[in-house]
Amino acid sequence: MITIIDYKAGNLTSVKLAFESIGQQVKITDKPAEILRGEKIVFPGVGAAKAAMDNLESLEILDAIKKVVADGVPFLGICIGMQLLFESSEEDGGTTCIGMLPGSVKKFKSSEQSCKIPQMGWNTVKIVQPHPVFTNIEDQSEFYFVHSFYPSCSERKYIIGQTEYADTVFASAAGKNNLVAVQFHPERSGRIGLKLLENFSRWDGRC
Amino acid sequence: MLTKRIIPCLDVRNRKVTKGVKFQNNIDLGDPVEMAVAYSDGGCDELVFYDITASAEQRPIDIEMVREVAKAVHIPFAVGGGIRNLEDMRKVLLAGAEKVSVNSLAVRNPNIISEGAKQFGAQCIVLGMDPVKVEKSDKFPSGYEITTQGFRTRTGFDALQWAKHAEELGAGEIVVNSVDADGTQAGFEINLTKMISENVGIPVVASGGGGTYQHLIDVFTAGKADAAIIASMIHTGKFTIKQIKDELITAGIAIRKRW
Repeated sequence: MITIIDYKAGNLTSVKLAFESIGQQVKITDKPAEILRGEKIVFPGVGAAKAAMDNLESLEILDAIKKVVADGVPFLGICIGMQLLFESSEEDGGTTCIGMLPGSVKKFKSSEQSCKIPQMGWNTVKIVQPHPVFTNIEDQSEFYFVHSFYPSCSERKYIIGQTEYADTVFASAAGKNNLVAVQFHPERSGRIGLKLLENFSRWDGRC
Repeated sequence: MLTKRIIPCLDVRNRKVTKGVKFQNNIDLGDPVEMAVAYSDGGCDELVFYDITASAEQRPIDIEMVREVAKAVHIPFAVGGGIRNLEDMRKVLLAGAEKVSVNSLAVRNPNIISEGAKQFGAQCIVLGMDPVKVEKSDKFPSGYEITTQGFRTRTGFDALQWAKHAEELGAGEIVVNSVDADGTQAGFEINLTKMISENVGIPVVASGGGGTYQHLIDVFTAGKADAAIIASMIHTGKFTIKQIKDELITAGIAIRKRW
């Protein structure tokens, strides 16, 4: 069973359908009690950091997230769900985030006119550290990205994969113990994205 | 490196994929869900579905089809044609589409772009435009006028001004579908694509006229397109997506290689 946290940050249909297509049962919830009972937690989302943090607080699910992560439950952040795991974000004039990964979230600065913001499309992920969720995924595989802000992880040991865009190399995958997070959308990344979700579904949270 | 996207376009009428030239003489090609799966497995990077008669027949978009596609393929896809309001956008996105494309609706009511972007995020609002070549003038400084309903209606909008305005309103992407080139397989309209792409900060998708490898190479290099929509060249079976991608990779274009 995969528990998807619904904190009103975008559309969860594609995440749900992707897990169902690999044979997983899915529960979508905004209730702290159900998150605390989750066996595998997915923290997805698109949209702005400030509104997302506000929603987490008003739904009172921030503590539940911290608790399951501390308890060793496998936890996957996707897109804004990855960004919120860092300490802060430049978005919305500066937003304090959850702070379970070291570093901050910054806006792409494009010096080159031909470099469009947001980054939208398929880009490669260079795997810099093996991780169970990347099992049987080739290095330099392409994943689908849509984002204007990127995670800047301040401790190298937590970086799993890197991607380059707008003259910046950023952590497109990061993890710490049972916590793993990706900036791209595995649910929109075809067969290889489904492979990552399948790996996560089987993962016991140990590296 | 961010790769250039190859996007098959599926024009749908009565649950069948269809293809015409300059929006006329359409023939049925197959089932949209089966074709989506085949193209996704074949390596396309995204898909776009246009419900081509929904708008003219004033009926809502086929949501059930959107749901079936979302279950069957796990790459991004956009849906357009027959979007009438925010509620239609919501239905299409909740059914599993990544993006929703507005064209004539945005011409009638440009605020739908900003309202959609605010509600659902700019990344899922695509502006589709059908420009036709006209004499350059004060009214049409770019030399292209926006049409709707497949060339049938002239809008009086200049193509470049409309593209910039749509970006300001919050569109996440612009599909530039050249009426003059549509279905001809004689090449994309490079100057038009380049002009729009160089003057907006959001991705631009070229559409209309792709028929050969060289056309795609040209639109990605000289045309500065971020993505290209193709239809005839693959629907006829003349090329596979793999063949197209291999040629583009050989030509040095950044293309997704693994799927």
